[in-house]
Amino acid sequence: MSVISQSEFQRRRARRKWMGRAFFGLCLLSVTIALGMLALLLVYLLIQGATGIDWSFLTSFASRHPDKAGIKAAMLGSIYVVIVAGVVSFTLGVATALYLEEYAGRSKFAKIAKINIANLAGVPSIVYGILGLQIFVHSLHLGKSVLAGGFTLALLVLPIVIVAAGEAVRAVPPSLREGSYALGATRWQVIWHMVIPQAFPGILTGVILAVSRAIGETAPLIAMGALTFVPFTPDSPLSRFTVLPIQIFNWTSRPQAGFQEAAAAGIIVLLVILLVMNAGAVILRNRFQNKWEG
Amino acid sequence: MQNLDPILQTRGLSVYYDAKKAVTDVDLDVARNRITAIIGPSGCGKSTLLRCFNRMNDLIPSARVEGQVLFDGLDLYGHDVDPTEIRYEIGMVFQRPNPFPKSIYDNVAFGPRINGFQGDIAELVERSLVRAALWDEVKDRLKASALSLSGGQQQRLCIARALAVEPRVILMDEPCSALDPIATLAIEELMRELSEDYSIIIVTHNMQQAARVSHYTAFLMVEEARVGFLVEFGESRQIFTNPKDERTEAYITGRFG
Repeated sequence: MSVISQSEFQRRRARRKWMGRAFFGLCLLSVTIALGMLALLLVYLLIQGATGIDWSFLTSFASRHPDKAGIKAAMLGSIYVVIVAGVVSFTLGVATALYLEEYAGRSKFAKIAKINIANLAGVPSIVYGILGLQIFVHSLHLGKSVLAGGFTLALLVLPIVIVAAGEAVRAVPPSLREGSYALGATRWQVIWHMVIPQAFPGILTGVILAVSRAIGETAPLIAMGALTFVPFTPDSPLSRFTVLPIQIFNWTSRPQAGFQEAAAAGIIVLLVILLVMNAGAVILRNRFQNKWEG
Repeated sequence: MQNLDPILQTRGLSVYYDAKKAVTDVDLDVARNRITAIIGPSGCGKSTLLRCFNRMNDLIPSARVEGQVLFDGLDLYGHDVDPTEIRYEIGMVFQRPNPFPKSIYDNVAFGPRINGFQGDIAELVERSLVRAALWDEVKDRLKASALSLSGGQQQRLCIARALAVEPRVILMDEPCSALDPIATLAIEELMRELSEDYSIIIVTHNMQQAARVSHYTAFLMVEEARVGFLVEFGESRQIFTNPKDERTEAYITGRFG
């Protein structure tokens, strides 16, 4: 005896198969749309901007003349700011995650802190710009400098780093902690010798995400007071600066076709820097990951 | 039983997880340089009891311990006792082999290093691996990942790792439950050899194993009203051939558990 009749079963099976195919089609469609848009963007950029990229574009400063305009100041500004943001958010983020996971444990404070940190990741980025302006530029007298910009972006991406690092720390198998404690390790030794090395690949993933976000941010830096026209390279952490997205934004708002081309070329440069940074971090992560896998 | 030379003694030992009792009022003597087996049905608090001896229960926030555990007369739960010092003298081997994701060499060297060992660490690693009957199998690949070893080898590596800090007591929490019969025999053989120099407490589900390797056996039980209480303790020969308590007899003859 079966639960339904043979003919009913056949009919329903046909319907189930059809549902399966429809779902597969839907997924395929989504992937096609996502990748298609990305490909369209890249092709458009390459057509518009590829001719604009040459050595002089990379080594010239901003200019009123489209054919003389270059990206040197913005490129270096972006790299410096992102390095500051990366180092600061990595240090603070990992320390915070370790505190919340390893020390605060199951306390109410830790729970409330974690919820709030997750919420902070959704705060509009311009709010961080205003915060940066108040704290770093005015209160700490750093000026509208590379350092202030880096700190502002570090604040912005800190929640991403904390959440990712926290997950990585939680994913360290309890058996490894117990094994270390059982040999007489102190909490500090367990964290330093076992938890951090194990969580490191996951932490790096979080930092990759964070830095990728930081390098594309425009609004908070404008709010904080980064320049838009910079005919010099930032020569100290306290020097004023601009970044690629601001330079690109500035060029796209100009009517001349030459600046449109420069903007497209600038976006290509931004994408290449992003790719190089991510590739570097991924290589680093894989080296840590594969070392001892049996 | 009167002539037992105890290295560890529990007195009125109870353990709670929050309000839930897991071990009830256990008085148990652990003999020096002998193997003591703790047997009993699932959920009877065997592992919890074992973890009192090196204060591993401290790592569980909800766990609370009452009573005394005396280590050569010193109360392990005394106010001025540092759990990390205890674990230096009382080593532990876990249910599932848990080698660190490091080289074989670094696994064994980990304990001595974190405890500030100053001597010849290579010699200590070799000695520990020889003692754990693993040296011949791994001496040519000490730099290889510990995770490349088989389950039985991993467990012997964990034993070598515990031996490397030169403890006086080794706690084993069902050390063979994740291993095949051949690897199990190798570990049992090793335990017998180690018992000449170390006091060993083993928690096991396997009564044949307890009967084969241990000198003394403690039988723990769980009832509706009481959890984790000691039913009977004695020489293993007596427990397994002529138990005094009928509940022990019922358990070892397979009538429950």
